[in-house]
Amino acid sequence: MNSEKQTDRRGFLADGARVAGVVSAGVLGGFLAGRRGQAGENLWQIDPDKCVGCGNCATHCVLDESAVKCVQCFDMCGFCNRCTGYYTLDGLDSRDTAAEDLLCPTEAIIRTFVEGKAGQNFYEYTIDTDACIGCAMCVKGCALMNGSLYLQVMHDRCVNCNECAIAVACPSDAFVNVSSDKPYRLKRVALGVMRQKAGKADKAAQQLIDQVQADD
Amino acid sequence: MTKKFRLRVAALLVVALVGGILMGGVMADESSELMFPVPEFSDHPIPTASVPEVQGEVTPVLDVAILFVALCLASYFTLVSRSRRNVLLLTIASLLWFGFWRQGCVCPVGATQNVALAIFDPTYVVPLTVVAFFILPLVFTLFFGRTFCASVCPLGAMQELLAVRSIRVPRWLDHSLGLVAYIYLGAAVIFAATKTGFIICRYDPFIPFFRLGANTDMLLFGSCILLISVFVGRPYCRYLCPYGAILRVLSCFSKWRLSIPPDTCINCQLCEDVCPYGAIHPPTVTQSPERRRKGKRRLVTALMLAPVVVLVFWWLGTALAVPLSQWHPESRLAEQVRLEELGVAESTTEASDAFRGSGRSVEELYQSALSRRDDFVTLGGLLGAWTGLVIGFKLIYLSVRRRRDDYQADRAGCVSCGRCYWYCPVEKVRLGLIADVSEALPDGRMPTGPLVQLTVGGKKS
Repeated sequence: MNSEKQTDRRGFLADGARVAGVVSAGVLGGFLAGRRGQAGENLWQIDPDKCVGCGNCATHCVLDESAVKCVQCFDMCGFCNRCTGYYTLDGLDSRDTAAEDLLCPTEAIIRTFVEGKAGQNFYEYTIDTDACIGCAMCVKGCALMNGSLYLQVMHDRCVNCNECAIAVACPSDAFVNVSSDKPYRLKRVALGVMRQKAGKADKAAQQLIDQVQADD
Repeated sequence: MTKKFRLRVAALLVVALVGGILMGGVMADESSELMFPVPEFSDHPIPTASVPEVQGEVTPVLDVAILFVALCLASYFTLVSRSRRNVLLLTIASLLWFGFWRQGCVCPVGATQNVALAIFDPTYVVPLTVVAFFILPLVFTLFFGRTFCASVCPLGAMQELLAVRSIRVPRWLDHSLGLVAYIYLGAAVIFAATKTGFIICRYDPFIPFFRLGANTDMLLFGSCILLISVFVGRPYCRYLCPYGAILRVLSCFSKWRLSIPPDTCINCQLCEDVCPYGAIHPPTVTQSPERRRKGKRRLVTALMLAPVVVLVFWWLGTALAVPLSQWHPESRLAEQVRLEELGVAESTTEASDAFRGSGRSVEELYQSALSRRDDFVTLGGLLGAWTGLVIGFKLIYLSVRRRRDDYQADRAGCVSCGRCYWYCPVEKVRLGLIADVSEALPDGRMPTGPLVQLTVGGKKS
C-alpha cells in the first residue's frame, strides 16, 4: 500500500518534470528560432582589413584542402609588372617564371599581359581558385604594395563548423561571424570603388556588393 | 572696370583654389590608399572579382530529418522490438553517417555551446539545424530514455563498438569520475557564453578519427580514449560527455525506458555481469534496523553538508579567475604584450605582431583583459558553486536508499544499448531461440545465490 502510494508520487513528479522539460525545450527552441527572423544564420568569414596573412588558413582548416582561398580585387590592383604578390623579392628583377622566383607554391596565380602604356607594361593577375590553397604567401607579398589580394572563406567549400578551427588559430582576430545573406567581406578601400562601379550598372560589381557585408 | 575685373579674377582664383583642394581631397581619398593607381586601359575593362554562393554539403532539413528518423528507430528498437541486433546495426549506421560521412559536425554534444552562446549573446544567430540537434535528443530522452546515446550519437557509437573486454569500475570511482562530466558542462557553457572558445569541439577525442586528421595532442588523447574504451565501457560518455550529463538527468524522468521485465525476471544475474557500463543494479537485500538508522544519519549529514560544499567550492571558484580568463585568446595576448612592454618576453608572437599592426592601443587591450578577469571572478564563482552543487547532489543521492525487488537498469546510467537483451534467457525464450531459460544459463544452473562468472562480451552462449 505504502509502496504503491510512493510509486504514484514518484510517477506524478516524473510526469511534472517531463512536462516542464518539454515546455522549456519548446520555449528555448522558440526563443532561439525567433531570432532567426531578424538575420540569416551565422557563417565564418575573414575580415581582410584585419588579416595579416600568417598562413594558418592553409593548415588549420578541417578540410584537407582549406575552404579559404585568395581573391583578387582588380579594382585595387596596380597591374604591376614588378608584382610583389607574384614574384619573390629576389625574383622581382629577373622576373623569370622559375619556381624559386614565384611566391605561389601551387601556381595558382595566372599572369597575363594586358597593355603597354607610356613605356610601362601592365599585367593582369588572376587567381586559379581550384589550385589556390589559401596559404596567403601572395597576400603578404601584395600587402607591400596595393594589397589587392585578400583571403576569403569560400562558402561553396566551408562546412561551417561550430567553432572554426582556423578562427581559433588566427593571430589577428580576423575571423568574424557574418550573416548567410551577405557572407563575404571586402577591404574598406575597395568598398567605395565597388559601389561606384555598381552605380554605373555594372552587374558583376552589383552581384559582389550584394554578397558583401559592410560595417558602415 | 579694372577693379571689377580684378575682383572676378580673385573670385575665380578662390573658387579654383577651393575647388582644387576639394577635388584633390576627393582624388586623394580614392588613390592615396593605393600605392600604385589602377591603370586605365584602352580596350580592357577592369574585371570584378566573383565569389561563390553559399552551399552546404547536405541540406539542413535533411540533416534534421535523418536525426529524427534515427532517434525514432533507436527508440523503437530498444523499447518495442527489444532487439540488440537492430540497435547494433543502427549504431554502425550512425557511426558511418554522422561520424565518418558528416565528420561529427553538427552534433548535439557541441550544439550545447552554440545554444549557450545564443542565449548570452543576442547578436549571435544560431542555425536552426543546431537548435534542432540540441533539442530533439532531449525531448526523446524525456520520453524514451537515453536512446540517443545508444545508437544515434557517433561518439557513443565508436565506443560502443569497442567495448569488448569491459571491466567493472569500482562504484566509488564510477561515481566520482561521473562528476567530471557536469563540471565539464559548466566550464563549456561559461567558455561558450564568454566567447572564449568551444572547448567541447576543440577537445573532442573522436574528431581526429572522423576527420582523419588532427594535431598530435588530440590524436594521442583520442587514441587513449579509444584504448581505454576497450576495457572501460564508454569512458567519454560516462565521465566526460557534457551532453550526456544533461541526458543523464533527463533520463531519470523518462516516461518509458529500457527495462528488465520484473514479472518474468529469473534473477540469473547475466544482465548485470554483461552490462559494460555498470548500469544494472541487483535487487536489494533487506537491511537491519541498525544499518537503516545509520543510513538515515548519513542522509542528514549529506543534506547539511551540501550547502557548505557549495559555499566552499564557490569560494574556490572565485580564486580560479586568472587561469580561467587565460583561456581567452585576448587575455593571453594582453599578457604577452605586457611581457613585451616590460622587455622580458623572449620573442614576439604572431598574435602580438598582428596586434602591433592593428593600431589598437595597449591601454585598451589591458582594460579589456582586466575587465574580463573581473567577469571571470563571478563566472569562476558560479562554476565553483555548480561543482559544489553537483557534489552535494551526488552525496545526497548516494545516501538515499532505494528498494529494488528485481534487477533494474539504472535510470541515469543506462544508455539503452540493449546488450542485456542479447544475454537475457527470458528474452531468448521470447524470441523463440531456446525452449527453456535453463538452456541459456552456464551449466544449466539456476543461479539464485553467488555470482555467475561469465566473461563480459565473450561467448554468446
